[in-house]
Amino acid sequence: MYLTQSADIAARTLGDETLIMSTLDSTIFVLNSVGSAIWNAADGTTPLSRIIQEHVCSEFDVTDDQAAADAREFVDRLVKHGILFVSDAPTSPKEA
Amino acid sequence: MSLLDEMNEKATRRGVPLTVHLDITWRCNERCVHCYLDHDGKGEMTTEEIKDVIHQLAGCGTFFLSISGGEPLLRRDCFEILEYARALRFNVKLKTNAVMIGAKEAARIRKLGIEQVQISLYSHRPEVHDAITKLPGSLRRTTDAIRHLKANGVKVSITDVLMKYNHRDVKAVKQLAQELGVNFLIDPTITPMLNGDRSILSLGITPAELEELMHTEEFVGDVNEFCAPVATVGNEILDGYSCSAGHTLAYISPFGDVYPCVQFPMPCGSVRKQSFREIWHDSQAFAELRSVHVRDLPTCSHCTHTAYCSRCPGLAYMEGDFRGPSAADCQKSYARTGIPSAAMSQNGNRNPFAASGLVQISGLQ
Repeated sequence: MYLTQSADIAARTLGDETLIMSTLDSTIFVLNSVGSAIWNAADGTTPLSRIIQEHVCSEFDVTDDQAAADAREFVDRLVKHGILFVSDAPTSPKEA
Repeated sequence: MSLLDEMNEKATRRGVPLTVHLDITWRCNERCVHCYLDHDGKGEMTTEEIKDVIHQLAGCGTFFLSISGGEPLLRRDCFEILEYARALRFNVKLKTNAVMIGAKEAARIRKLGIEQVQISLYSHRPEVHDAITKLPGSLRRTTDAIRHLKANGVKVSITDVLMKYNHRDVKAVKQLAQELGVNFLIDPTITPMLNGDRSILSLGITPAELEELMHTEEFVGDVNEFCAPVATVGNEILDGYSCSAGHTLAYISPFGDVYPCVQFPMPCGSVRKQSFREIWHDSQAFAELRSVHVRDLPTCSHCTHTAYCSRCPGLAYMEGDFRGPSAADCQKSYARTGIPSAAMSQNGNRNPFAASGLVQISGLQ
């Protein structure tokens, strides 16, 4: 699974948090450090499994299974709001 | 506290310029009678200079970027600048008179994901609006543009700056905003020209008209609640700041000069001489501004209105001292509550405008 950020957002990482606003409906999201790590690695070409390994498991005190479950739930929530897209194949940001 | 308030608080603590207002030109195709800018375009930053500044702002953590002017669309590179800012994931607001926005431009603005287009609209009557902008046909062109923007799903907000020429139309303008499906804001404050010329302040509404506005349910909601004085002032307020200018907000002129706010012409540096980061963190002017808490204000810290006053340090600066009262805000508090501010009492004068000349009282039209 690959993650691509929507083009219809504004986003800025401040410290270990990320502020995101949907330009479609002005909904605001603030991601914590784990969410920010996943978000910032969502480049459309890195598989989620690798993002979890490299940016979550190695950085935070969490088991592989728990990290995968939490990451999946986090991704689902962002997908529901249309600020993140998932695909089975790598994408470029322009495809989002 | 909303998520945005929380982020603002964190930005203040971390010294992040979360919001920047960037004028890309002071040139304009309108000549609004109350405008605080001159319209000289000589020495404007080039496209590359502006892009470099925007890139620097992204690195400093700026999230909200207002692109304004003058009329920003007079620059041929306006869309290139907007596109660059959006590629860096800024939340971009575009302030424009919209007369150059047709169907094609509206679609482009939507495609770029501009968060909001902010437009000034002074009357529902062309003879009033066009007389203020001094551009014949401007009301029609602006409202046509708003319809194009709305048809493309762009959020639009109109601001009605109240002057002696147009204040009687405010209800009709609100009605027009509802018909157009856009947000509506009222601004009763005329800002002195940035070059110090205060003559345009005579265009403002009278204290009696301001008082009437402050007591109109249609504009303020529950009048009793809105106009009730708040007696208690806690440490939270006294240890806080008057506004975000210089704390999380900065203004950059088309010539690269940096100020705390567009309404606060205290020079802090130039991005043509230093990086924005250096100016934001190391400027003496910013340091001085940030050192002043509400409790340090010689007059306003012990004013009855401290808890809710919208004291603008920029307007106070233009009256001589950013730590001092701003007559326009004293008048707003007085119009709201009927209680003179500390500054008014000190002056032995219940009308701050008689002393400062900030608003000349004129007869109703």
